Amino acid sequence: MWGEKNRIFMLKRWIERITPTDVVMWFIGGAILLLIFWGSTATLTAKTYTVHHWFDFIIFGLAQGSIYALIAMGYTMVYGILRMINFAHSEVFMSGPYTAYYVAAAFYSSGFLDQHPIFSLIMIFLVSMATSTLIAVLLERIAYRPLRTAPRLIPLITAIGASFFLQYTFRGFYGSGFQAYPVVKILEGEWALGEFRILKFQAVVIVAAAILMAALYSFVQRTRLGKAIRAVSEDKETSSLMGIDIDRMIVTTFVIGGMSAGAAGVLYALMFKQVHFFMGFIPGIKAFTAAVLGGIGNIPGAMLGGIFLGLVESVGPSLFLDGLGIVAPYQLKDAIAFIMLVLVLIFRPTGILGERLVVKKA
Amino acid sequence: MKRIFILSVVCAVALCLVAVSVPAQTKKEAFKYEDKIGVVKIKKGDPIHLACWMVVAGPDASLGTDTKRGVELAIEDKGGKILGFAVKLSVQDTGCNAEGGQAAATKLAADPTIVAAIGSNCSSEAKPGAPILWKAGIATVSPSNTAPFLTDPKRGPEYDGYLRTAHNDKVQGAVAAEYAFKQLKVKKAATIHDGSPYAEQLQAVFAETFKKLGGTVTAQEAVAPTDTDMRPVLTKVATGKPDIIYYPIFIAAGGHITRQAKEVKGLEKTKLMSADGTFSPDFIKAAGDTAVGMYHSSPDFSAFGAGYKTFLEKHQKKYGEKPIAPFHAHGYDAAMIVFAAIEKVGKVAPDGTLHIGRKALRDALYATKNLKGLTGSLTCGETGDCADPMIAIYQMTAENVKKQVIPDKPIWSPAVAAPAKKK
Repeated sequence: MWGEKNRIFMLKRWIERITPTDVVMWFIGGAILLLIFWGSTATLTAKTYTVHHWFDFIIFGLAQGSIYALIAMGYTMVYGILRMINFAHSEVFMSGPYTAYYVAAAFYSSGFLDQHPIFSLIMIFLVSMATSTLIAVLLERIAYRPLRTAPRLIPLITAIGASFFLQYTFRGFYGSGFQAYPVVKILEGEWALGEFRILKFQAVVIVAAAILMAALYSFVQRTRLGKAIRAVSEDKETSSLMGIDIDRMIVTTFVIGGMSAGAAGVLYALMFKQVHFFMGFIPGIKAFTAAVLGGIGNIPGAMLGGIFLGLVESVGPSLFLDGLGIVAPYQLKDAIAFIMLVLVLIFRPTGILGERLVVKKA
Repeated sequence: MKRIFILSVVCAVALCLVAVSVPAQTKKEAFKYEDKIGVVKIKKGDPIHLACWMVVAGPDASLGTDTKRGVELAIEDKGGKILGFAVKLSVQDTGCNAEGGQAAATKLAADPTIVAAIGSNCSSEAKPGAPILWKAGIATVSPSNTAPFLTDPKRGPEYDGYLRTAHNDKVQGAVAAEYAFKQLKVKKAATIHDGSPYAEQLQAVFAETFKKLGGTVTAQEAVAPTDTDMRPVLTKVATGKPDIIYYPIFIAAGGHITRQAKEVKGLEKTKLMSADGTFSPDFIKAAGDTAVGMYHSSPDFSAFGAGYKTFLEKHQKKYGEKPIAPFHAHGYDAAMIVFAAIEKVGKVAPDGTLHIGRKALRDALYATKNLKGLTGSLTCGETGDCADPMIAIYQMTAENVKKQVIPDKPIWSPAVAAPAKKK
């Protein structure tokens, strides 16, 4: 009897809290969902695509998504600890593979790459990760640390400025054109999985990204250093009272973010071959979207968001739009990705795995 | 007596005034130069300022650098002087997109010393850029815009100051489709464009001609110029099982498609064909070994005029390499028709100032007739098409890819295939 009353009371309060905006937003969300459902059913019943096609779409999406996820880690960790969006992270991502290109090209022209491909790849990864980490640490030291106590908008604008600065610095170093990564022979070709097939380098990208993400996640969750980082992101004052060196923890965060961006950069370069000074922009925006989608400040959220975004970009245009008879749906792949972001944020304003904590602190 | 004196003084003063003013007036009448839009006055010793708005940075830099070199060589051939005035060339980067074209054109429009412009490279730049320039009275001659819209009779008066020495893609698309259908004997084609006016209109002409010839177009897909992951869209294209894919886009995206097409199931044997936008060593760099065997539709170097050989020698001497894109000769010709028009309308005043009327210059450009250029005989039509379009098909060999040079001889051209048809 009392429970019933309480429930009615809760419902009443809930109804009171609904604003007309909410209703409109739900309506929009519902309409999008309906459209997606309608398009997908139409596509699937038309049977243009076989299971093989869908499998390929999913693998392409996973490979692209794991790169987004790795970059998104950097965004989300910095947000978690500093409550700021590090817009220059896309340049941290660019600096690594662009620098490592010169190592790769030297290995390739001397024939070393074909003789010792594994060792060469490890070297390329190390150079890329080292460069990205260096840039990330310099960024923190020069651009963000002096502004740590400034109002929140100031580091944000600084980040955008730093992003331009880095882009054009690298343009100055390496020129405005693009460079093409050499082909690594052992990563060419495909593996058969029963009746399905998977391109070798895509399998490598997915597995490498998964290992890196698992390593980073367990580092943050299991180690003392990771615990300290989490403590700082919970509450800076209290953790400094507990004897945690806040500056060191923030630098560590940037180091981790830089390393994962550098690794993501090489994976990206192995997949797409072209590197240029502006290459970070689009993946950076997408990874930022992925971080927001997963709930910014949340590491598993960033991984999930990245993979979700990659999948939607790859599968979405065919699945949602083909059945609706829209011509050239892949032109709309970015639109679909951002509509997904809107859709998630309508129903879960804090992102898929977003924490309330983030909202309270913001 | 006094009155007579005053009268005579007045008369004398009046006479003096007349005497002074008459020569002044006759002097003015001797040099009168009017123009409906405006006159550029260049003082003695100042240069004639021409501006290039071309893509000289970023992934498509080869396209703009190539046309810029054509213009530079044309200036050199002129001895660096027109009507005794030195020629100054300034360059604005356009980025091969609408925003870049708009920004560059706005910058040029703000400079009153610019007599005429040469550019742009990508049709997407010209669409917003050409009207901005013409509003400022600057006529522009493009060496490499090929989208049919730009010289369409329905393009509107804001494009009145626009001309081009590049071919119209109505020609290029048709030649490409004809080659695919008649020579390669393929029946099913798919096209991919990147949403730019150039690519969209060119693939539309290709598809239309291909259908008219009796072929089937299985898909007309689109990507964004900044896209990198083409595998999903290629998988979608593969569902139609095309024999050939025509993707007349730009270098970055074109390189991705070429590399990734071989990785997509169902497209291993599909022939690939691109167009003049990717006909560059930079594209070979982007696509790597996967470019071997693919086709390109592009201007026919072998049909170029007699002066082309000397041009190539000069090019090699000055820049130490072969041309890096297909439009160097068009750049040279664009500069040449601008020079001819300036010579026609430019008038030097007695004080040595050169006067060039903007409207007159534009009209002189449009009146260009039978001008012997490198690319052929140039006659500008009513809508600004000046080219003598000759398109051919090229094929990349392993040798080309290894040396990173574009083929210098076409494998097929409609002129050679049907000499009777040639005008």
